[in-house]
Amino acid sequence: MSAISMILIVIVAFFAGMEGILDEFQFHQPLIACTLIGLVTGQLTAGLILGGSLQMIALGWANIGAAVAPDAALASVASAIILVQGGQGRAGIGSAIAIAIPLAVAGLFLTMIVRTITVAIIHVMDAAAEKGNYRTINMWQVVCICLQGLRIAIPAALLLIIPASQVRAMLEAMPKWLSDGMAIGGGMVVAVGYAMVINMMASSEVWPFFAIGFALAALTDLTLIAIGTIGLSMALMYLKLDEHGSNGGNGGGGNNNTGDPLGDILDDY
Amino acid sequence: MADNKTDTKKISLTRNDRLKVAWRSTFIQGSWNYERMQNGGWLYSLMPALNKLYTKKEDRIAAYKRHLEFFNTHPYLASPILGVTLALEEDRANGAPVDDVAIQGVKVGMMGPLAGVGDPVFWYTVRPIVGALGASLAIAGNIVGPILFFVLWNLIRWAFMWYTQEFGYRAGSRITDDLSGGLLQKVTRGASMMGMFVIGALIQRWVKIDFKPVVSRITQQKGAFIDWNHLPSGAAGIHKALTEYQLGKGLSLDKVKVTTLQDNLDQLIPGLAALLLTFLCMWLLKKKVSPIIIILGIFIVGILLHVVGWL
Repeated sequence: MSAISMILIVIVAFFAGMEGILDEFQFHQPLIACTLIGLVTGQLTAGLILGGSLQMIALGWANIGAAVAPDAALASVASAIILVQGGQGRAGIGSAIAIAIPLAVAGLFLTMIVRTITVAIIHVMDAAAEKGNYRTINMWQVVCICLQGLRIAIPAALLLIIPASQVRAMLEAMPKWLSDGMAIGGGMVVAVGYAMVINMMASSEVWPFFAIGFALAALTDLTLIAIGTIGLSMALMYLKLDEHGSNGGNGGGGNNNTGDPLGDILDDY
Repeated sequence: MADNKTDTKKISLTRNDRLKVAWRSTFIQGSWNYERMQNGGWLYSLMPALNKLYTKKEDRIAAYKRHLEFFNTHPYLASPILGVTLALEEDRANGAPVDDVAIQGVKVGMMGPLAGVGDPVFWYTVRPIVGALGASLAIAGNIVGPILFFVLWNLIRWAFMWYTQEFGYRAGSRITDDLSGGLLQKVTRGASMMGMFVIGALIQRWVKIDFKPVVSRITQQKGAFIDWNHLPSGAAGIHKALTEYQLGKGLSLDKVKVTTLQDNLDQLIPGLAALLLTFLCMWLLKKKVSPIIIILGIFIVGILLHVVGWL
């Protein structure tokens, strides 16, 4: 791999790390990060497909309250680097995904370390505020963001230093039953993200929508856009009818977790 | 603010000032920390406005300190709160009796409920839907997938952040009342319906479980399967076989018809196993099992069941 590719990968990793905490432009999402790494290494298609597959797994990963989700940034960047280094092209996507999951967990610890270091920086900001020194406050904010970038950029650089032949040997040494089994696990693990989303949104009002979506999707002729259109139209129709039924608005309520029969059953189980 | 009463000229924030704050709020989570969470980013966002409103050093210091207090909400839903805070700070700088407690009260009062709206709408509805759309294109090798995801998401995000900040700025402290009223609740409700619908579809399409155990082997009668040994040679044979298989007669490929457990399940309810697995995950999550443990567990189970030949 050329030096320019390597530098570009580290830059992509830096942006992914920043975004892992900012959560604004979404550079840390697999769909973007893996594709960019594929792009700068000349393996666009492999990166693209890896990104798409990993995105499907990571759809419901979000940090909410006490629930800590796996770190999408490190998972995307590391698996894309391993895919590129392994040199198996599209055939290596399955094992790259399998490696990505434990790395996503490891990424959590790095996040925790940076967030703890930031506590100290906040106290430096306090001192600067005491003196009215706003330039110092601005500077430390930028430093914090860069720390988050380094959180992913440094592991990415380390992975690049490991020679490609070693990565390849490691991947080829993996027995068939293990890589196949991991690919099967990868097909099922998607359910965890969806379960997180459902637990957040479920109420008696929205379960029928879930059921219709599930049933309709069995018709393989329908594209995702067609399914989305049906869902959006039904939600709009429902809200409109509901509004008329309760004489113009005020028909709210029921959008929280009360009255969730399945949830109650699961709770009592 | 006794100091400001001597000021005759009214200071106000221009659209440009507010745009600067909105842009800086992109980095609100940058210094997220376990002690006061988003406080550093919050002050960083407000900085240009505070510096414009307060020119005396002691006023600035007081302002910096009051905005380094604890703050945490959904990063995009911070925008309406920033808008309200801008309006309050502007009043204060112009001599209105807005004290620290009022400003902190508005911040804390809004951050909880708004975070409760932002999480389900953005993380659990818009991102899964836009992400699934992009990912399904990307898996097919279509570069439009990631581009569509990036452009669509950032358009939605930026439009939301700018307009809610402006809305907050205009509405001042009345915003909390407005937001708890009809419109926002309707949006949240509609979003969760749409979200559940799409999630149902995604479980059907993307959770892959294929049970391999063979339920039955039936040796078929002559004429029900393609007789590979008696086909004409060359292209003519392929033609005949394909015609028999797909078009005309619907003959089966092999002499022995193998039915796996998956074939039986698919006849009953396609995607049943995926649905049950999702319910199991929901139940485990409600039992406070960490999602990471569940993910690793699924991998282990997947490998074990593959080794014994079930999957």
